[in-house]
Amino acid sequence: MDGASSIGPWVPVAASEDVVPRHVFQGKLSGQELAIWRADDGYVNVWENRCLHRGVRLSIGVNTGTELVCQYHGWRYANRNAGCTYIPAHPADAPPRTICNRTYPVHEANGLIWTHLGDAGDAAPESLPEEPLVLRAVPLNAAPADVSAALEGFAPDEGMAHRGGLFFSDGISSLQLYVQPMDAGQSVIRGYVTGPLAAQGLALLRRLNTALTAFARQAEAEARAKPAPAPIPPVYGRVSAELAEMPEMTAGPGKIRVTVAAKTMVAEGIVSLELRPLRGVLPAFQPGAHIDVALPNGLVRQYSLVNGPGETDRYIIGVKREAQSAGGSLAIHDHLKAGDLLAISEPRNNFPLRRNAEETIFLAGGIGVTPMLAMAAAMAGDGQNCRLHYFAAGPDHLAFAERLAALGERLTSHLGLDPAGTTAALKAILSDPGPARQVYVCGPGPMLDAARSIAAEQGWPESAVHFEYFRNTHQIDDSSSFEIALARSAVTLQVPAGKSILQVLRENGVAMASSCGQGACGTCRVKVLEGIPDHQDVYLNNTERAANTTIMTCVSRAKSDRLVLDI
Amino acid sequence: MADSLPDPFMLNQWYPVSALQDVQERPRSTVLMGETLSYQRKDRACRVHGADGRALPVIEQYACLWTTLGQPEGGLFPIPEYAEADRRNLAAGSIGVNVAAQRGIENFLDMGHFPYVHTGILGELPHTEVKEYNVELREGGREIVATECLFYQPRASTVSTAGADVEYVYRVPHPTCSVLYKSSPMDARRLDVIALFIQPVGPEKFRGHMVLSILDDVSTDDFISYFQLHIFGQDKPILENQMPKRLPLDPRAETPIRADKTAIMYRRWLAQNGVTYGTIPAAA
Repeated sequence: MDGASSIGPWVPVAASEDVVPRHVFQGKLSGQELAIWRADDGYVNVWENRCLHRGVRLSIGVNTGTELVCQYHGWRYANRNAGCTYIPAHPADAPPRTICNRTYPVHEANGLIWTHLGDAGDAAPESLPEEPLVLRAVPLNAAPADVSAALEGFAPDEGMAHRGGLFFSDGISSLQLYVQPMDAGQSVIRGYVTGPLAAQGLALLRRLNTALTAFARQAEAEARAKPAPAPIPPVYGRVSAELAEMPEMTAGPGKIRVTVAAKTMVAEGIVSLELRPLRGVLPAFQPGAHIDVALPNGLVRQYSLVNGPGETDRYIIGVKREAQSAGGSLAIHDHLKAGDLLAISEPRNNFPLRRNAEETIFLAGGIGVTPMLAMAAAMAGDGQNCRLHYFAAGPDHLAFAERLAALGERLTSHLGLDPAGTTAALKAILSDPGPARQVYVCGPGPMLDAARSIAAEQGWPESAVHFEYFRNTHQIDDSSSFEIALARSAVTLQVPAGKSILQVLRENGVAMASSCGQGACGTCRVKVLEGIPDHQDVYLNNTERAANTTIMTCVSRAKSDRLVLDI
Repeated sequence: MADSLPDPFMLNQWYPVSALQDVQERPRSTVLMGETLSYQRKDRACRVHGADGRALPVIEQYACLWTTLGQPEGGLFPIPEYAEADRRNLAAGSIGVNVAAQRGIENFLDMGHFPYVHTGILGELPHTEVKEYNVELREGGREIVATECLFYQPRASTVSTAGADVEYVYRVPHPTCSVLYKSSPMDARRLDVIALFIQPVGPEKFRGHMVLSILDDVSTDDFISYFQLHIFGQDKPILENQMPKRLPLDPRAETPIRADKTAIMYRRWLAQNGVTYGTIPAAA
């Protein structure tokens, strides 16, 4: 960072007591404003005090306990990783994961919140064996270096003598002071008392506050005699060139190493995995997002994140045991254990959740409940009107009981229904589209097909029905051959029978993100400028298919001799 | 400071300095781009004098008194509706805000904040979507126009009880003035006009003058004025918490989304016209 020259080691910027639940504390360090807030899980966030969208101070925003919401346009930023989870102006889009607020390192110790703006060489301050008595902060208009120098002559009048630095002691009790450099001409004196003297509590705090205030008035008088230093100009980091151009969402190849922190049976035949990062912070995700998991047996599988808002210290996935599968679920169920390491992708969201409906219905079949749990938790946490209908074989098959219980009356379970019963239930649930209702469906293919056709019959517009298939069960016909022209790179390539568009692109050096490889997840979606696609995916809805403006390059092909793609 | 001197494009514009109804015989003072001016009504005409006593050019139009510190080409941009005989034209209030004038214009062009900042009036949760709209340069590049802007409003008009999408058209014919058109509750075939004329007081401070030309023979002037000031009073604390206070013209300074198309066009247009006053130009 540019301002790094003026930056020292870890500095206290707030008292722990300042950072109370559901509040945002405004701080400042070396000219840089900070938004400091504590999430309900106790984690303290120290962020640049500025929404990335239009520069509004986040300290006037709302701390929901899991996210910080900007006052201006309601952009939501997650606890811990500071990633943007929702942009209300575009409810149907998933925000690019790379919209991330600037965060600063955080350390909470001895009743103070510590941070630094650069790469502090020093270790973070150690916690004392006993929580000390924290002083009331004393702000003053004087240069930090002058304040530090003058404080060495401070006489606490408690029988304590200066013992070097800003440390004062009577041999048993001690007073440690710190100077927080707010700006070139602004400082805050912070500190704490340890030892038997601390037991005096408020009376001692009052005496020290009186003494430090008198010291501050004297230091300010001396500062006024000097020319006022120019304020340190704040550094406003630039966003990436990509974000400035409002790109389509693309997937990063980044592999993240995680450890299986817990493996728990959460229903008949379903385990949940709690994945924690080996180091650092996990990337931001939105409800509906999935990750690719590289399994020890070489297979790569996609799993939806179950996480609710603000659950940013881990990823939770649910895996159903499927005996007839290629071995992905068996590798997890039978061989993976707590403590094992896995490589996963960054979360991708091809199933974004709109939050601008007056009522939202979630339809989950079996293991299809996983993204629905994340979505319902996000909406319920925000007090929005939603309902989860969970279709399962029986009570033992209802997964993630605690999360279901948290939904309270928003949950309706439909147990042990046969296909006819399921159809009847879906008809009843989807009886009235209403002007401002949205429905999200995830579950086995037959249930999805039924829900989609029932919704269409009962007058639901396609734009209000959102779905995610686990897999594409259709037979892919790859017998055609055709030409693809890449409009942006002015390259023409031939796609022979037996090869996908995606394969041909990759063989010719075009970096393409993909995930499921079977036209179910939407990751490899590309814009079509000319030509008629032969859609073989299960990702696009009928309107999107008929529009012929996008294609899933992993399975779909061309009906025309030529396709012009926006690559 | 060199950057508090107006660039030629900003200098050579007409600016509002007062609502006409607030101009009296006794001189009053105001600040335009750092210069203290005095204005008064004398022999039924408005006069404006600069800090050194020189007489400045004057236009009395759109319920405001306008002057300039430069040499504008021609007069003010047209608002043809203002001349329609059955319209109610009024200055609905002036309000000071500690941020650059251009930040004020951008806020006026922005629909996405309605449900969050003007909750229950111009928007309402969960209706947050900014639908696709058109924006283009017209009048030979002298004016930005955004059309087909739809936004959900809880009470689309005084007579309706249900919410509905309301259509807006925005014009930006001047670097610190914008005019919006919105379907009239009184006559669905005609549009109400709401204009924001901004007086840059300094590079990081403005006074906004709100002027209306509407089809309304029911509401009192005080009611209309209260309503407009109430809305602007909701914007003021948000605007004053924007950092930096000047409008950054570097496309990578902030994060635009599709809803911000008009603002993106506005920033480009300011950059193309070499505007440095009230802005942070992109590094060359």
